[in-house]
Amino acid sequence: MAKLRQCAIYGKGGIGKSTTTQNLVAGLAELGKKVMIVGCDPKADSTRLILHAKAQNSIMQMAADAGSVEDLELEDVLKVGYRDIKCVESGGPEPGVGCAGRGVITAINFLEEEGAYDENLDFVFYDVLGDVVCGGFAMPIRENKAQEIYIVCSGEMMAMYAANNIAKGIVKYANSGGVRLAGLICNSRNTAREDELIMELARRLGTHMIHFVPRDNVVQRAEIRRMTVIEYEPAAKQAQEYRDLANKIINNTQLVIPTPITMDELEDLLMEFGVMEEVDESIVGQTAAAEATA
Amino acid sequence: MAAMTREETEALIQEVLEVYPEKAKKDRAKHLAVNDHSLEKANKCITSNRKSLPGVMTIRGCAYAGSKGVVWGPIKDMIHISHGPVGCGQYSRAGRRNYYVGTTGVNTFGTMNFTSDFTEKDIVFGGDKKLAKCIDEIETLFPLNKGISIQSECPIGLIGDDIEAVSKVKNKEYGKTIVPVRCEGFRGVSQSLGHHIANDAIRDWVLEKRDGDDSFPTTPYDVAVIGDYNIGGDAWASRTLLEEMGLRVVAQWSGDGTIAEIEKTPKVKLNLIHCYRSMNYIARHMEEKYSIPWIEYNFFGPTKIAESLRRIAEHFDDTIKEGAERVIARYKAEYDAVIAKYRPRLEGKKVMLYIGGLRPRHVIGAYEDLGMEVVGTGYEFAHNDDYDRTIKEMGNATLLYDDVTGYEFEEFVKKVQPDLVGSGIKEKYIFQKMGVPFRQMHSWDYSGPYHGYDGFAIFARDMDMTINNPCWKSFKAPWKTEAASEPVKAVA
Repeated sequence: MAKLRQCAIYGKGGIGKSTTTQNLVAGLAELGKKVMIVGCDPKADSTRLILHAKAQNSIMQMAADAGSVEDLELEDVLKVGYRDIKCVESGGPEPGVGCAGRGVITAINFLEEEGAYDENLDFVFYDVLGDVVCGGFAMPIRENKAQEIYIVCSGEMMAMYAANNIAKGIVKYANSGGVRLAGLICNSRNTAREDELIMELARRLGTHMIHFVPRDNVVQRAEIRRMTVIEYEPAAKQAQEYRDLANKIINNTQLVIPTPITMDELEDLLMEFGVMEEVDESIVGQTAAAEATA
Repeated sequence: MAAMTREETEALIQEVLEVYPEKAKKDRAKHLAVNDHSLEKANKCITSNRKSLPGVMTIRGCAYAGSKGVVWGPIKDMIHISHGPVGCGQYSRAGRRNYYVGTTGVNTFGTMNFTSDFTEKDIVFGGDKKLAKCIDEIETLFPLNKGISIQSECPIGLIGDDIEAVSKVKNKEYGKTIVPVRCEGFRGVSQSLGHHIANDAIRDWVLEKRDGDDSFPTTPYDVAVIGDYNIGGDAWASRTLLEEMGLRVVAQWSGDGTIAEIEKTPKVKLNLIHCYRSMNYIARHMEEKYSIPWIEYNFFGPTKIAESLRRIAEHFDDTIKEGAERVIARYKAEYDAVIAKYRPRLEGKKVMLYIGGLRPRHVIGAYEDLGMEVVGTGYEFAHNDDYDRTIKEMGNATLLYDDVTGYEFEEFVKKVQPDLVGSGIKEKYIFQKMGVPFRQMHSWDYSGPYHGYDGFAIFARDMDMTINNPCWKSFKAPWKTEAASEPVKAVA
């Protein structure tokens, strides 16, 4: 049996992390891999396409109902979905209260103590909330958990800013542990020269664009049915894209300590590709009214 | 040994600093000083209210300790919720000996521990609902409480709970004062910020309750005792003197105090401040907003008591001035007898102190009344204005140490060889094992009161029984010869 590979998916909020993760995990399962998804987001929507559910009961919610996390058993929180993919959600508070980061820490500790990472698993995927806002959301890449980080991004400016920032976070933990950047997944937004741009960003970060996932409405059609494309329409072209991504991840050996770039370098790159216009220093800080009188 | 000269004291500081690494030495040097009467301002010689160095065994507390433990805790008819995990409330419970009159659990709650007992799920999901439930349960179980304060422990600030909103809702529901206090322990460098935060909470949530309400009949002789926490009954021993001289004590802050007294304080004519460090903020606020003057006083030892009574009386008419003289005269025979009895036993004894808010300077006069000398003193959490006041009280060329480290304090005592060390419970057994007589000067070593004339008699007795205790003569094992052992201190 191969060694368990733990992967974490990061990326800007709304970029399609959960959808991409579930589709690629479905692809891995189709190839006979044993996979577990750990949702690390208080919204608890990382497993719905696998379980055909609205939102899975989360570890933290059940712990609160039961009294404490010690009162839970693994089978209470671990659900099995499409092709025996194991699913758990860490869960957390509603927006604006409490500490979601602590929820992620507690949930992952619980999974470890209860032996959720059993030896038959080939992959664990952590699907983590958009920004690494505090220590809790860095939990999946600490303490010898996820060793491979995939960043989902697109050719939009903010998505690339986020990708670069996440790379900085990885550097911090890469030096103290074994975590490595394993590649960028481009989830296309159909911007101009998107593939070239992300390939260039990947090169600068010292990694590679592992796959370019084109935009296809079948993803939305499947999602309405709470299914992955691979399950909903296995013959769809998009299903093959996710299978390709799954295959590339299986064979991926390019694990690096990233080389994040400076803000200036990133802006230069964006200007080079026409995503951002050249900044005219003379207009910085000028209001519309001031410009009109000038 | 004779009093140390300026050069000797400076050399001692240098010698003690020698073991530190360069950076720590530079920092700690700023906190150690030789007293110099020629200085007007302490900032010329000592730095205070700065972050402690990691690893030095500081004796400081935290902001929660300053608010819940010092300022709010003694208000006896309120319930103070230690909001957060159980430990902060439980391990600080009833430890400060703030005496009060009342039936605990019925109309007073001073020695009880109320906590929201946070667990993991409260951290993750937030504790506001639990806090609201706590307040409901308190209202059911202890309906005679006159108000509730919410004393924030660290996690409250970390997870951003909105305790102000809960307070407002429950205040509307029950019509009682409910005060959210943001005294999370990680704020500031010591308990000092907790005092300030607690003062501000009183200002914002309590003090103006009776503004515009003149139903409380006032007299020209109304005063408030501020910054007396009634440790071992201190405030009672003080209050009786003020009342005897003709003043009416409207409020005690906060030892044996009530929320009603606090609300009435803006009606008084003069605020009397004992612990300047922990309560000067509210005194300044009342001066600004209600034009109430305030003065500091010192009720340790007959010299300082007489000085203070006269200074207080200066703010009033002749009846009070005569009252002050009457009080001083009335107790003269008593305190003269105390001095006559104990001074011969204590004359010339040297004391080193390391305490909290006011005592490092306030008790000096009481020791001097007994013929003793304070040769070193320092504060856990003072600011420069405390040292400004201390320079004048201490002898020239004596030792001052701010936020002293465990190592420094031990070394100073070894070298200076005082006859008595006065500090807290954490220091007590270290010095006793070194063979040095020791008194706890936070809790009065479970004795007290030490304030007022009554307190002075107890103070003198306690110092005598500690210093002249026969146990110190038996300190050395009989089989150890003089040459073989190195006594830290040979007690006469």
